[in-house]
Amino acid sequence: MTMRAPITDVPIVLDAVSLAVRNVTILDNISLSLAAGAPTVLIGPNGAGKTTLLRLAMGLVAPTRGRVTRGGRSDTPPTRRAIVFQRPVMLRRSAGANLRYALKAAGVPRADRQKRVEELLALVGLAGLAPRAARKLSGGEQQRLALARALAKDPQVLFLDEPTASLDPAATKSVEDVIRAVAARGIKVVMSTHDLGEAKRIAGEIVLMHRGRIVEIADAATFFGNPATPEARRFVAGELLV
Amino acid sequence: MPQDVSALQLVLSGDPALFAIVRLSVVVSLSATIGAAVIGLPFGALVALTRFPGRELVVVVMNALMGLPPVVVGLAVYLMLSRSGPLGSWGLLFTPQAMVIAQTILIAPIIAALARQTIEDLWVEYRDELAAMDVGPAGRVATLIWDARFSLLTALLAGFGRAAAEVGAVIIVGGNIDGFTRTMTTAIALETSKGDLPLAMGLGMVLIAIVVLVNAAAWGARRAGERLAQ
Repeated sequence: MTMRAPITDVPIVLDAVSLAVRNVTILDNISLSLAAGAPTVLIGPNGAGKTTLLRLAMGLVAPTRGRVTRGGRSDTPPTRRAIVFQRPVMLRRSAGANLRYALKAAGVPRADRQKRVEELLALVGLAGLAPRAARKLSGGEQQRLALARALAKDPQVLFLDEPTASLDPAATKSVEDVIRAVAARGIKVVMSTHDLGEAKRIAGEIVLMHRGRIVEIADAATFFGNPATPEARRFVAGELLV
Repeated sequence: MPQDVSALQLVLSGDPALFAIVRLSVVVSLSATIGAAVIGLPFGALVALTRFPGRELVVVVMNALMGLPPVVVGLAVYLMLSRSGPLGSWGLLFTPQAMVIAQTILIAPIIAALARQTIEDLWVEYRDELAAMDVGPAGRVATLIWDARFSLLTALLAGFGRAAAEVGAVIIVGGNIDGFTRTMTTAIALETSKGDLPLAMGLGMVLIAIVVLVNAAAWGARRAGERLAQ
């Protein structure tokens, strides 16, 4: 008797991937492997292509050239990967109903949903807020609810697009705590940020992007301690990369 | 003003002739609203969520038809249902059913256009999230209609208000037959021309009360929606 290996989304491999929209190149010949392990953080200035790279790896957009495989396959449905957008949109429902909706979409049986809602809310520090209208929560609370909603499908890979942009330090810390807790559970986190400090606090691996290309890939200690490229040196030194 | 007192007395005493007219008006406009909802909501949703050649034109025409003149609709339905018209054999001219048909045609574009705008706006907001959650087409439509339900209810109430207040279409296809196809608006027109102002004013008061009630309901629905939205 043979057993089929469970479908896995990792590693996500981008092989010479490019994306152009109306002749404007947004991603240019990107090759990158996102393997299980510590969080990968994409850094780079606005317009570097970080968001597009996340959406492409998630499977929301297709490359115009090159190939994306997940776990060695090119046709995996997005059942084991999730994304939190930079400005997550809450459904016009309560916080609990937002999570129940995501659990239903993920195929979680109805009988298990309420228990999972409570677990997810506790995980992101929003226990007791289930009946509140999701859109009336604060920015930080909405961001954490979006994280909980993304975790509803029990993903192997979690993409986060600038998850703390426009949050104050206290809200940033609470979101980063959740990200660390998620990564500690063995979920591969791939996130983008502008914030060098945040990259230092979260990253196991850094991918520096500039003008649609990958400039440097290195583990975080190497990247911050001994950046290899002039762009990385300038970025780490806090100079503007334009 | 003695005429005001008479009109008020007619309303307060529950005058049977007056309330038969009110009942017919409400039944006809409500039936037309249901018919227009059955046509307009799915059509609006379809146009909101699909892309096809000529879509822009459909949206422009749909929006333009919101201002369809009732008399023109009445004339078109009259021609269709008249004895020599293509649907003359149905024998519906000068019946309440003909009035329902005319009002349905009049308000279906209003409901379709408002539904299209509402669902499309929400779709722009939700598109990425629903794609990320891998929600299929049927689930998307159900989610959008459910989350837009208060705005869609407002669209239905707008349709009902238009139907209840119009006179041009129902007077042409209904014929304003006493006790059969006489509605509030056609009766007001007739009684005013006859000089029976108390009945006309009584009906006017009831009509305004219904319109106010409909708007109050729309307002309440909107507020209930806002409690869960922004």
